[in-house]
Amino acid sequence: MAIPVTYNFRNLIVRKTTTIMTALGIALTVAVLLAILALVNGLRTTLSSSGDPLQVLVLRKGSESELVSNFTRGQFQDLKFKPGIARGRDGDPMASLEVVTVINLASVDAPDGMNVSVRGIAPAGIAMRQGLRISEGRWFQTGRRELVVGKSIAHRFPDARIGKKIAFGRGEWEVVGVLDAGHGAQNSEIWGDLNQVSSDLQRIEVLSAALVRAVDSVAAKALINDINNDQRLNMNALSEREYYDLQTRSAAPIEFTGVFIAIIMAVGSSFAAMNTMYAAVARRAQEIGTLRVLGFSRGSILSSFFFESVLLALLGGLLGCLLVLPLNGITTGVGGPNFSELDFNFHVTPRIMAMGVAFAVILGAFGGVFPAHNASRKEILAALRGV
Amino acid sequence: MTDNIVISTRGLNKEFIRDEFHVVALQDVGLDIHKGEFIALMGPSGSGKSTLLHLIAAMDTATGGEIRVLGQDLRALSDRQIAHWRNENIGFIFQSFNLIPVLTALENVELPLKLTNLKKQERIDHATTALQLVGLGDRLGHYPRQLSGGQEQRVAIARAIVTDPSLILADEPTGNLDASSAEEILTLVSRLNKEHGKTVVMVTHDPHAARFASKIRYLEKGALLSEGAVPAN
Repeated sequence: MAIPVTYNFRNLIVRKTTTIMTALGIALTVAVLLAILALVNGLRTTLSSSGDPLQVLVLRKGSESELVSNFTRGQFQDLKFKPGIARGRDGDPMASLEVVTVINLASVDAPDGMNVSVRGIAPAGIAMRQGLRISEGRWFQTGRRELVVGKSIAHRFPDARIGKKIAFGRGEWEVVGVLDAGHGAQNSEIWGDLNQVSSDLQRIEVLSAALVRAVDSVAAKALINDINNDQRLNMNALSEREYYDLQTRSAAPIEFTGVFIAIIMAVGSSFAAMNTMYAAVARRAQEIGTLRVLGFSRGSILSSFFFESVLLALLGGLLGCLLVLPLNGITTGVGGPNFSELDFNFHVTPRIMAMGVAFAVILGAFGGVFPAHNASRKEILAALRGV
Repeated sequence: MTDNIVISTRGLNKEFIRDEFHVVALQDVGLDIHKGEFIALMGPSGSGKSTLLHLIAAMDTATGGEIRVLGQDLRALSDRQIAHWRNENIGFIFQSFNLIPVLTALENVELPLKLTNLKKQERIDHATTALQLVGLGDRLGHYPRQLSGGQEQRVAIARAIVTDPSLILADEPTGNLDASSAEEILTLVSRLNKEHGKTVVMVTHDPHAARFASKIRYLEKGALLSEGAVPAN
C-alpha cells in the first residue's frame, strides 16, 4: 500500500507559502493558455455557427471575400434558376443578391474608428438566414435609409445604437433595430435595404455576392460543381459553412502565438514546481529515510512525491480556471471577413477548463518526476542523516 | 539452542571510503543473539556499534562475512523484499524519534500497518492499543509538536511495536531525553522484553541505560570484544 495521501495534503498545507507561490505560478500559465483557447474557441464558435451547409455563397472567381467580389444583376438572374436551388413558400427560388461594403465607425476600444461591414440585403436574404431575431426595435423598411445593427455592434459602437444616425453613401441612416444572431458573425454586421444601400453606394447594377439555398446536401454539392464549371457565369461557389471555416484561418496565428507563449511559461512553471519539490525532498530527507525503515519501498516514495507534485499543479490548474472564468462572455474583436471587425465572445467551456487542468497536471508531472526519483534513490542511512 | 538464535553474524566486515580514506567500520564480527535477549551494544564513538545495528536492520550492506537475522540471509533479498521483511520483523527506535511531523500520534503509529492487509478500522484499533500500551491513549490526535520529547519517543516505540515484530532495534533511544524521560523509556523497552518477549538490541553509550539490558557487548575500533570483556580505558 502507498504512503497515505494525507501525508502529501498536510505537507502542502504546512508549507503553505511555497505551495501558494508555486500554485500561483502554474495558475498564471494555465490562465494564459485558457484565455487564448477561450478566445480561439469563441472565434471558431462564431464563425462555425454563421454558416449553413445547405447555403451556397457565390463570389466572383478569384475573390476570397464578399467585399472584393462583383456580381451583376444579370448574372444573378442566370444563377437563381439553376437546378437544385430550393424554393420558398412563395414559389420563388431561395436566392439573395447582396452588396457588402465597409464603413468606419468609432468604437469604445478605438475612438478613431474601425471597419464595420454594411450589408445591403433583400427580404429574401433575411428569410434565408435562420435563427435571427430583432432583439430591440424593428426591421428596416425597404426604400428607406434605415439600418439594423448586430448586437455586438450596438454594444461596442456608441454611434450605432437605436435612434442614432450613421452617415455613409449619400445621406444619414437611422438605426432602428438590433439584430441577435446567437453566436453568428451577423452580430458584427449592419444591415440595410438592398436597393437603398446599393443606390447610395452607386452600385445598382454591380453588387457583391449571391447566396442560394440548395434543397439538400447532395444538391448543394452538385450546385457548387455546376456553378464552378459554368464558364458563362465565371463564378466561384462554396458552401457558406466552408466560407466561414476558411475565415477561421485568422484564428491560427492567435492560437499559435498563445500556445507558444503558454509553452514558454509552462517550462518556467514546471521548473518552479521542480524547484519546490527538490526543496521538499531535501527538507524531508529524514522522513524519507524513516519511511524506508518502516518498510515503504522506493516505489512508494517515488509515487508519493510524484503525487504531491501533481497535486500541487492540480491546485494551480484549478486556480488558473478560476482566474480565467471572469473572461467568459467578454466580447472582443478581430479582423474578420471583408476586412472589417468581427466581434465574438471569449468562450470558456468545461472542455477548455479540463484541458487547462490536464495541462497543469502535465506540468506537475514533469516538475515532479525528477525530484521524486531523487527521493526514491536516496540510501536509507544518507536520508536519515538528512543528506 | 541454535533454533533460538535471532541474530547471527560470522566474520562480518564493513569497510568504506570516506574523503579518500579507507575506513574499517566493522572487522570480523561474530555475534549470536538469542530469542528474548536484551543486548546493549556499547563503545566509544566510531567503534562500529551503530553500523552493526544498521546491518542487522538491513539498512546497510556488509562488505564481507555473513549475517542472518531471524533465519534470513539478508544478502539474498532484493530491495523490495528487504522493505517487506523489515516491516514485518523489525521495530526500529531512533535517537531523534523520527516521527512524521504532519501526522498525528495515531497516524504515525498506523503508518507501518498501511503495508499490511489489515482493514482501516483494524489498523486504528491496533495503533490505539499500541499507544495505550505506552501510556499515550489520551494523546491519539496530538501532533508530534504538541508532545514532549519523552512522549514523542513513546509514540515512536508504539510505532515500532505495532506490527508485533520479533526484534526491536534501538539506536541511542534516550540520547535526546532528560533523565526522567529516559528512565521511563528504558523501563518501557525493558517491559517489552520481559513481558512481551521481544528481543531487543540497543545501542547506547550511557552505562545507566545499558544496565537495563540482560547482556552488554562492547565494540572497539570496529571489533566486537569477547563476551564479558570491557574496553581497557
